[in-house]
Amino acid sequence: MSFLSRTLAVASKDLRSEIRSKESINASVAFALVILLLFSFAFDPTSDQVREIAGGLLWLVFAFAGTLILNRSFARELVNDCLDALLASPVSGAQLFLGKTIANFVILMVVELLSMPVFTIFYNVHWTQSIWLLFVVMLLGTWGLTVIGTLFSAMTVNLRLRELMLPMLVYPMMIPALMGAIQLSTVLVAGDPVGADNQIWFRLLVAFDVIFTLLSLAFVETVLVG
Amino acid sequence: MSAVAIQGVWKYFGDYPALKDISFDVEAGSCLALLGRNGAGKTTLLRILAGLSRSSKGEITILGKDARAEDTRRAVSVLGHGIGVYEELSAFENLRLFGRLYGLENPSQIAVEWLERTGLGRVRDGLVREFSRGMRQRLAVARAFLHNPSLLILDEPFTALDDRAIKMLQDLLRAALADGRTVIMSTHQLREALELATDVALINRGKLAFRGPRTQEMLEDPTWLYRHYGEA
Repeated sequence: MSFLSRTLAVASKDLRSEIRSKESINASVAFALVILLLFSFAFDPTSDQVREIAGGLLWLVFAFAGTLILNRSFARELVNDCLDALLASPVSGAQLFLGKTIANFVILMVVELLSMPVFTIFYNVHWTQSIWLLFVVMLLGTWGLTVIGTLFSAMTVNLRLRELMLPMLVYPMMIPALMGAIQLSTVLVAGDPVGADNQIWFRLLVAFDVIFTLLSLAFVETVLVG
Repeated sequence: MSAVAIQGVWKYFGDYPALKDISFDVEAGSCLALLGRNGAGKTTLLRILAGLSRSSKGEITILGKDARAEDTRRAVSVLGHGIGVYEELSAFENLRLFGRLYGLENPSQIAVEWLERTGLGRVRDGLVREFSRGMRQRLAVARAFLHNPSLLILDEPFTALDDRAIKMLQDLLRAALADGRTVIMSTHQLREALELATDVALINRGKLAFRGPRTQEMLEDPTWLYRHYGEA
């Protein structure tokens, strides 16, 4: 069986479980909507200030909502000792990690896409003119968050305080990806063109995704088995 | 030929040695009952054999290879304290998933066959979260046997099984042994274990206290081993 087919088997198992239980997506969508609503009371939606903070606001919501999804990623394997059953099977740590990262990525993208219309209404922003570029930024930024988050979810799975430890460990690591995604999203939501000076943020996002995906694939077996 | 070779294995949790210089072989086609009191180190040793944990010192060879090698894991089955099946998937989806992960040629067909063999054919599309404890255990047994393993590692396999399920597991294990497969199991249910076992190992506080063939006197009096080789 190929690397990809085992990876996809793990990803589809996680997605199927999530579709049936809805335990992560309900919590993270509700959290994202509540935060967007609460912040909308704090700022005047007609002001220029909102356009300046739009990218930061959006990605903080995605990062916080994302940890609710990532916390469950490996924790759901503890029920019935399913993690042991997976690790005892011929699935490698890298296949398991990549399958889970893909599932987390899909779930977080769904949360983000559900949040965007709410963000548009509450903050009176018009990002539709740069929709495709913004979508690319969301793909790159979300992959960065999920790849780091899934690795740390594996690291903290056996800790009693994992719900607390995961955000504490993962947010500092996410800073480069968040910075890139925030800068680009702010420019795109404001309707400005992405000039040459912003190209570096694209490169940063791509480099972050590639480097941390390769590092995670290399070390996840040690993280899981020792 | 040895299916399992354990040489000088130590396992530390912090400074505490859970296993102390364990060495023994398990012949291919034999059934080893791994016995010991709670906390003796049985589960720790079985987890290392299953590739779920690494030893601090020493060497382990499973079917001539490293315990974490992909070929080894394809040939080994593990049934531990947890049943290792997903609550949000149906019985059929669980077995098909593991069939795919083990690289079986026709996982759907094999999943259906094992559901029938374990008496779960009627509830194949029912979610595991709706199953009784006995049904879950039977599904776990089906998962463990699904890929026709050469080595079965069982940690307390009879715990929480009802009489019918114990009989089913014993029959499957007898058939596996008759087929030349190797079984290593830890259990506190001495009579069930000793009826199947060809060999016995006793661990006391992380040290191997006894390793030898199962004798008639062990079968007649399951506590004989503990009285002669166990802790005072």
